[in-house]
Amino acid sequence: MSDKILETTLEVLKEDAEGILADWIEQADEDGAKRIDLFSEKEERDQAASLLRSFRLGVRDASKDGEFDLQDEHWADLRGILSEITHERVERGVLPGEMAALILALKTPLFERLTEKLESDPERLIEEVLLLSKAIDAFAIYSNEVFIAEREQVIERQRDEMMELSTPVVELWDKVLTLPLIGTLDSLRAQEVMESLLQAIVERQAEVVIVDITGVKTVDTQVAQHLLRTAAAVRLMGARCIISGISPKIAQAMVELGVDVGEVRTRSSLRSALMDALTSVGVAIRPINDDKRNAK
Amino acid sequence: MNAAAIYAVEGVLLVSITSDITDTDIIDLQEALSKRIADTECRGVVVDISALEIVDTFVGRVLAQLTSVARLLDAETYVVGMRPAVAMTLVELGMYLPENHTALTLSHALDKMRQSGLIDGLRRG
Amino acid sequence: MVFDEADRIATIELEQDRDVVRARSRVADAMKECGSSELMQTRFVTAVSEVVRNALTHAGGGTLAIYAMPNKRQVGIECRDCGKGIEDIDAAMADGFTTRRGSMGRGLGGAKRLSKTFAIDSSPGKGTTVRMIGACSLR
Repeated sequence: MSDKILETTLEVLKEDAEGILADWIEQADEDGAKRIDLFSEKEERDQAASLLRSFRLGVRDASKDGEFDLQDEHWADLRGILSEITHERVERGVLPGEMAALILALKTPLFERLTEKLESDPERLIEEVLLLSKAIDAFAIYSNEVFIAEREQVIERQRDEMMELSTPVVELWDKVLTLPLIGTLDSLRAQEVMESLLQAIVERQAEVVIVDITGVKTVDTQVAQHLLRTAAAVRLMGARCIISGISPKIAQAMVELGVDVGEVRTRSSLRSALMDALTSVGVAIRPINDDKRNAK
Repeated sequence: MNAAAIYAVEGVLLVSITSDITDTDIIDLQEALSKRIADTECRGVVVDISALEIVDTFVGRVLAQLTSVARLLDAETYVVGMRPAVAMTLVELGMYLPENHTALTLSHALDKMRQSGLIDGLRRG
Repeated sequence: MVFDEADRIATIELEQDRDVVRARSRVADAMKECGSSELMQTRFVTAVSEVVRNALTHAGGGTLAIYAMPNKRQVGIECRDCGKGIEDIDAAMADGFTTRRGSMGRGLGGAKRLSKTFAIDSSPGKGTTVRMIGACSLR
């Protein structure tokens, strides 16, 4: 390999940046990588232009020391811009295939120009085309990796948001909290539920908490253990824990599983748990007489 | 002993433990406390552990023993101020401290003791 | 589990019970530095407390080394003693095992549950080495 790798590519990029840019965008459009519904013509052009600029700088510096490695510092600029653009595209809902197609579309205008320039030197042409192809592929792959990482972050964020949504600790009355559990209760979630419940006990100075499991799909030994441990931790903090919403079916299952609820108070309905909790903080729910009702 | 102090508050003994308490300190505390219970004939003990960043099995065990000793001397023990992270860790260690009463804070413990008659007419005889 | 790649950030000689307190507070600081949640810090410091106390009470002392792990979100410790070693490690790890009267024996098994990674190396006459890694968040 010549010590000046991609020399002709660099020349081409210098001489005809505008032309390459225009052809690239056109090619991307043909390949279905353009999303006019998500990006304006100008945005599309600006993004491609900055990509092309850093690509040229990368090729220039990488050519100097004869090395070619995507992880090299020469490509740091391009990697940064690729990440930025990919991030923006994920946010707006571009598909990973479309992002890859956009980058791969750069091959066409570059190869066309190289072919013209190196007409007389086919060996050199093949060399540069191979290397350039490898480089662009590498960037497409890199962009895909960024894409996946971005997606994972989105999923993670949504998971956290759902987590918060699904463990709302509600203050029913002074010193009385309730935690309606919904869905499944795995170890990780049980930990998080316990943490936010205990934190709420401190913050609201609660004396009684009702953990309502009406919305919990299945109660197996593991879930039962989590519930009992939550109740134990609540007691250690100095508050009382009532588990409500234990259906006859769940009660039977718990007995069959041999789960010993020990000292933990259980109630079949949230209603009876609430009565119990209010009594212990010295409050009662009473019917009011008709005069008052009519006055409202 | 600096790491723990015993105060007489509203007819109960309040024990406050600081975060840098050593194993020796806490064993000394256990002895000093049982002596104070016997001397004052008090019926209630409140151990404030809000300063403790961790409670390991040793400290957990001492808390349980201290409670059993106090009970033999006719006093009930409340552990107050346990941090959420400490409670979760103890549960994971399988230490539920069933011997101890618990309360959120000192004033919650005093309320509970009043309700159960441990404070009113506190001194026997 | 080896700490070849990790940065040793502190070494504490365990000679008296004040050193257990020092060990706990140094590990707590290390966890704070790596951005640990309060829960994860409490869990790991508790685990360290168990292991360090074991070295002191059963082997008369030892050395604790604290490491910042390469990924920065974990803290590692190595607790080495020159005591008489443990004959039956599996039995020692089981909840309820104790060689002392009146001790409830949840120490080592508990430490394992409270740490992310736990390794124990011991043979009679050669002392015991415990290595543990604590993570700064659940996930």
